[in-house]
Formats: sequence, C-alpha cells, structure tokens
Amino acid sequence: MSLNHEIEFTLNGVKRRATVRVDMSALDMLREVIGLTGTKYGCGEGECGACTILVDGLSLNSCLMFAVDCQGRNVVTIEGLAADAKADALRAAFTEHGAVQCGYCTPGMVMQASHLLASQPDADAAAIKRGIEGNLCRCTGYKKIVDAIASVNSADKQGATP
Amino acid sequence: MTEIEQYVAPSSLEQAAEYLQRPGGVTILAGGTDLMPQSQGGRLKIRRTLMNINHIPELQGIAIEGGAIRIGALATITEIMQSELIKKHLPILIEACDHFASDQIRNAATLGGNVCNASPAGDMLVPLLVLDAEVELASKPNGSLSRRRLPLAEFFVGPGKTRLGEAELLAGLRIALPSAHHYARFFKFGTRPALDISTISIGIAGVLQDGALANVRVAFGAVAPVPMRAPRTEQALEGKRLDTASIDAIADVARDEVTPIDDIRATAWYRKELIHNITKRMLAHVAQS
Repeated sequence: MSLNHEIEFTLNGVKRRATVRVDMSALDMLREVIGLTGTKYGCGEGECGACTILVDGLSLNSCLMFAVDCQGRNVVTIEGLAADAKADALRAAFTEHGAVQCGYCTPGMVMQASHLLASQPDADAAAIKRGIEGNLCRCTGYKKIVDAIASVNSADKQGATP
Repeated sequence: MTEIEQYVAPSSLEQAAEYLQRPGGVTILAGGTDLMPQSQGGRLKIRRTLMNINHIPELQGIAIEGGAIRIGALATITEIMQSELIKKHLPILIEACDHFASDQIRNAATLGGNVCNASPAGDMLVPLLVLDAEVELASKPNGSLSRRRLPLAEFFVGPGKTRLGEAELLAGLRIALPSAHHYARFFKFGTRPALDISTISIGIAGVLQDGALANVRVAFGAVAPVPMRAPRTEQALEGKRLDTASIDAIADVARDEVTPIDDIRATAWYRKELIHNITKRMLAHVAQS
C-alpha cells in the first residue's frame, strides 16, 4: 500500500483537490485520477513530449513530474487550451496545414507550440525546430507542424501591425 | 514496490536538514526528471521518507555573494540559461544549458539534481569542473544548521555516487567570479542536438594571454566513472604557445589520459578518438582567439 497525499492546485483555471499516490506522476494523476485523457503517455521518460503540459506558464513533461509537486501550482492541459483564443489559431493552423497525421503527438505538440509562441513570439522556423526538439512525431510529419506553428506566428505579427 | 511512509515538503533549509535525520532514509525530490524514470524503472528505490525541497527559498536564485556567483541547487537549467549574471560572467554554462535535453526538461531539471545524480555524462558537470565550482552542503548535526564547502572535483566518487553525507543536502554551487581574459569553452558530442546523452564532452578554461592559456583547467565527461579533471592534459597545456605541433602533442596526452568504456553510445576506441580530435579542434580555436 503506497502512501497517499492530498493536494490542491489550479487545473485549467479551476481550483481543485486531488488525492494522489506520492510516487505517482502528474500524467497518471491527470489521466487516471482526474480523467482528463487529452495528455498522452508516450515513453514515460521525457524523450517524446506527448505528455507536455504547462505548469506556472512553463512547459514540462508530465510523465517526469511528481503529482504531489502540483500543490499550489497552475496547471494547464490540452483541454484547458480549448478556452484560449490564441490556441484557437494554433488549432486551426494545425488543421489547415495538415499537421496532424495519426494525432498521438498532437496534444503535446500544441502545448509546446503554445509555450514557444508565448515565450518567443518572434520564433522563426529554426527557433520553432529547436523549440519542439523535445517532441517526437513518429509519423515524421515535422515539416507541416513547423509550418503550422510559423503561420500562427506570422498571422499574429500581421494582426499586431497598425 | 515502494514503501514510502512519509511525504514532507519543508519550507526552510533548517527544517529540511532536520527531516534528513529521519530513520529509514530520505529521498529528495526536486525537478523529478531523473528521480521519476529511475524510480519507475526500478533503478532506484524511494526511501522511507520522500522530501520535496521545491519550497525552500534558501535553495533558490542566482546571485553574487562575496566575489562568487552562488547558484541555488534548485535553479533550473532554463533559469541559468536566462540569467543575466550567468550570461555576463559564466557564458560557458550557457553553452552547456543550450545542449541540455529539451525545453520541457530544462524547465524542470535543477542544477543541484544534475550534480547529485553524478552521471559521468552529466551535461553541467564538465563546465562546472573547469570553473573550479564548489558545492555547498548543509546539515544539522548538533541541533544547529551547519554548512561545509567542497571542491566539485572532490565531490564525485563513482557513477551516481558522491561525497554527500546521509543527512546532508546540496544547497548550492559557488563559482568565483572569473578574472579578466578568462577563457572557457565547452563542447558536447552527441548524435543529435536534442535529448542526447553525450558520447563525450570537453571543457577547457584558463586565463588567455598572448595565445597561451595559464591556470589551465581541462575536464572530460563520459570517459571515466566520474566527470573528470585531466591534470596531465592541463600540465601539457599550461603556458604552452599553441601551434600545430604543440596542439597535436597536447591532444595525444588527452587521448591517453581518459579511460572510457564500450557502451551502447560508442566504443572506448571511438571515445578516445573523439577526445583527441575535439581537443585539437578546441585548442585551434584557443590559438585563434
């Protein structure tokens, strides 16, 4: 019997509590305790990025994060991006550019792309490639993914021009 | 099966040092990026008490303190990479951060974790060695908090093994502010830029004057049971005018000084060749600086 611990944190804008095993990953908590399955399990070792979430505005591999460490923090998952206007543009761009093939890496890619665009609004193709280097697409559809992220970036810039 | 009996998340160093004396041992949780795969993969068993140190202010931040830069053990790789102090005074650390895993891991992984994990291939360890970094260790042996310092070069004793005592915690790293003309470069060789464990890595530092390095520090990663200083290579390089012949001779010394093994990433022979060829390349760069 492993030890449980109760934590309180903000998940997709809503304060909530959860009782988690102390050695459980944030990914397992999201999928199995809370029931949000948009965040994917890929490798469980931080190599593939399918489980990327945002914690206090930074992207992390939820498979490497201890669930207990969510205490007091602001966690956003792919489900939380549904209410985010900037993410609407990103989601549309992924669709328009055909940046989704089997779709398994997509939630992680979108989470990482949203973090990348928030921290480096001027990211060019080279910076985008570096930004998503922790996300693997086993369909190898990287070109379209990079194009999709770059299009949101340039669409943004046009919007910002007076 | 883990048999964790207690989970604690202290908010001060003093409290943490007290918890470290609990019987049955304490496993420390910081970024989790090493602890999670090691514990899930069965390579490490979490001890009776799991202690989350992420809420301890004394372990955070990057600041100048008495002629040295102190990097708190909890500073993440991203924080180091974005620190103006580090960019200005210790740019070699930025080079190492830039080749560290991926954005997601850099956002979580801490410098203290990289040091305590003591991998011979740990990305930050070689540059810290050539910067003469010291570890700051905290404990509470007789009811009061005490700290000791140890050169990082003496901290590593084997793969995953350090001189950190049972009831001790790594609080931070200290690096003396480099003098003018200080030169320090890092090179990591891997098969892809991201998320690769280095096949070898090299750090070279010293005071550069008239095309020669003085007070030389050389360190190598992934070619011995610990990230190693290379005293023979340092001696060969000390004060030497760098031309084709001397660079060749020094690179030979470097190749002979390392003791790599064959593993999944490379053979021992290949690692020795890499040490030779990349030392040569780095010294050619010093000669041109």
